[in-house]
Amino acid sequence: MKANNIAVKVEGVSRKFGDFVAVDNISLSVNKGEIFGFLGPNGAGKSTTIRMLCGLLTPTSGSGFVGGYDIIKEYEEIKKDIGYMSQKFSLYDDLTVEENIDFFSGVYRVPKEKKKKRMEWVLEMAGLNERRNAITKILPGGFKQRLALGCAILHEPPIIFLDEPTSGVDPISRRNFWKLIYDMSREGTTVFVTTHYMEEAEYCDRLALIYRGKIIAEGTPNDLKQNYMSRDVLEIDVDRVVEAMEVLYRNGIETAIFGSLLHATVENAEQEIPGIKRILEGLNITVNKIEKIIPSLEDVFVTLIEVA
Amino acid sequence: MKFLRIKAIAKKELIQIWRDPFSLAMVFVMPVMLLFIFGYAITLDVNNLTTIVYDLDRSSSSRELVAKFSESGYFTIIEHIDDDKDIDKYLDSGKARIAIAIPADFSKNITTGKNPQLQVIIDGSDSNTATIAMGYISAISELYSQRLKGIKITPVIDPRVRVWYNPELKSRNFIIPGLIAVIMAIIAALLTSLTFAREWERGTMEQLISTPVKGPELITGKLIPYFLIGFIDMAVAVLIGTIIFDVPLRGNIFLLMAVSSVFLFGGLSLGILISIVAKSQLVASQMSMVITFLPSFLLSGFMYPIANMPAILQIITHVIPARYFVAILKGIFLKGSILKLLAMDVLLLLIFGLIVFTVANRKFKKRVI
Repeated sequence: MKANNIAVKVEGVSRKFGDFVAVDNISLSVNKGEIFGFLGPNGAGKSTTIRMLCGLLTPTSGSGFVGGYDIIKEYEEIKKDIGYMSQKFSLYDDLTVEENIDFFSGVYRVPKEKKKKRMEWVLEMAGLNERRNAITKILPGGFKQRLALGCAILHEPPIIFLDEPTSGVDPISRRNFWKLIYDMSREGTTVFVTTHYMEEAEYCDRLALIYRGKIIAEGTPNDLKQNYMSRDVLEIDVDRVVEAMEVLYRNGIETAIFGSLLHATVENAEQEIPGIKRILEGLNITVNKIEKIIPSLEDVFVTLIEVA
Repeated sequence: MKFLRIKAIAKKELIQIWRDPFSLAMVFVMPVMLLFIFGYAITLDVNNLTTIVYDLDRSSSSRELVAKFSESGYFTIIEHIDDDKDIDKYLDSGKARIAIAIPADFSKNITTGKNPQLQVIIDGSDSNTATIAMGYISAISELYSQRLKGIKITPVIDPRVRVWYNPELKSRNFIIPGLIAVIMAIIAALLTSLTFAREWERGTMEQLISTPVKGPELITGKLIPYFLIGFIDMAVAVLIGTIIFDVPLRGNIFLLMAVSSVFLFGGLSLGILISIVAKSQLVASQMSMVITFLPSFLLSGFMYPIANMPAILQIITHVIPARYFVAILKGIFLKGSILKLLAMDVLLLLIFGLIVFTVANRKFKKRVI
């Protein structure tokens, strides 16, 4: 058996589809009660990994445990202990809110005495008290998302897997959703969540970055910023962003646009700031501000992908 | 198998059927429609044969013979013609299927004791109808000759034929029970053939297979509402058959419905199996049509007697469940058969159902691929 405080642990797990290696020899472990973020661009292997952990897909090779059950041999046992929310909205949209909750409490065999309470809890959590008899199809995305989460955790599973739970949801709903995830984590639930929103990654206790099927970095958000960024990040505020980007590129400095700002990755900030300023001002580009900043996860990710 | 889960699935499925006007129509309107279309279209009875008469004799005898034809009810005299070229015209165009030509010496021959001649031309392009028409024509001529002879001189064998089970020899009585069986075979598979495929297509299956629900629970839960619907469809079909088509139901209605349940179990399970294998609604509905429609229609013995088929086809009919159901329904409707006589057919249907149900359970995997 695994140590008691580990909820998920996999070693050397791969999954191939024909010749295509969707997940390539990944290993990770998630502690009980933490929010584990699984980050990566679309097609990196996030969904394939989460499906293998939920017992929906057999790994081509490797081994692992989820909630104490073997992902190869005991994949059906796993399903009692997890809640899974797939990337695509997967409730019955021709059923009402209540009928969906009712159906999933039946499938999860929520005991009769608890059923009513759980139903009310989900309605409350999803903010659907007023719309309990509405056909699910007509609900706005954010409500659907929370209802789907509610239905996936009716049986109060110790581990929940969320596959891009906030994709296609407005920013306010996203924030509310993350508040729910926080609350559950505080109550001891392990949350394994995939996302491609970098700002969401900041909310996670620990992260793994997956790119082209391989885990390229792992740790807390701060670990990642410190350990994987040996270089410095400069934030540059200029009036002609695109022009500035081009001229810096010609001078061998890679930049990326963040809003109306430029981020440049350099070896040493103090040494290079004057040079950059000179290049830009030489072309009459006004530099309002140029300073070293703490890298965001996106900076880290961009740098890591360039290396990979 | 957990009751709570089966109940949840059955309930959900029922709500979904109820809320979708298309599926509701398919479930309740389609069998009735099929029964009416085929019930009225398929008839093997030959009557109202369009007939023209070319009477060169124009005597009381010739008129009497023509009257015999029209009185029989099988022939409808549509025209008396005066030119033999018109025979070609009528038969070629299909306006008439029979032409009766009475020669000018017809009545003269009768009075002089010679054998009178009668020429009949039949459109043989529909050989079945032509054969039956020929039978009627000889019978009518025979009756007419006997009447001419007055008293029978030579002793002849006088067969007293009694037709059992369908004394009026109405083909409808024999077609409708078989038709109900065939339609139920098609409907049963079609009903369930979309259930799994729909969930795969809409992505709801992914959620479902992440729960602890077991394959047999899911399959049973989905079978229950369709079983109820199939049962209602069957009852409606029997009502239409007996009330509107006036087919006698001589056997026990409870036995009929009980046996139908056995058949429904197999037919619905077949649809589920198709749905599991196909994974797409379009493929599933096409597969269920191909698998049930043609074999049930052609190889069940519903219209074409199995005994007349080539040996290889006869062997194939044994694996078509509609074959047994057709035999059972004809037996209960027309012969008033009791269970003892049908036991073998019922047993085979049950075995078919159990095999298909088991295979469906085996084939269903709670995996995305």
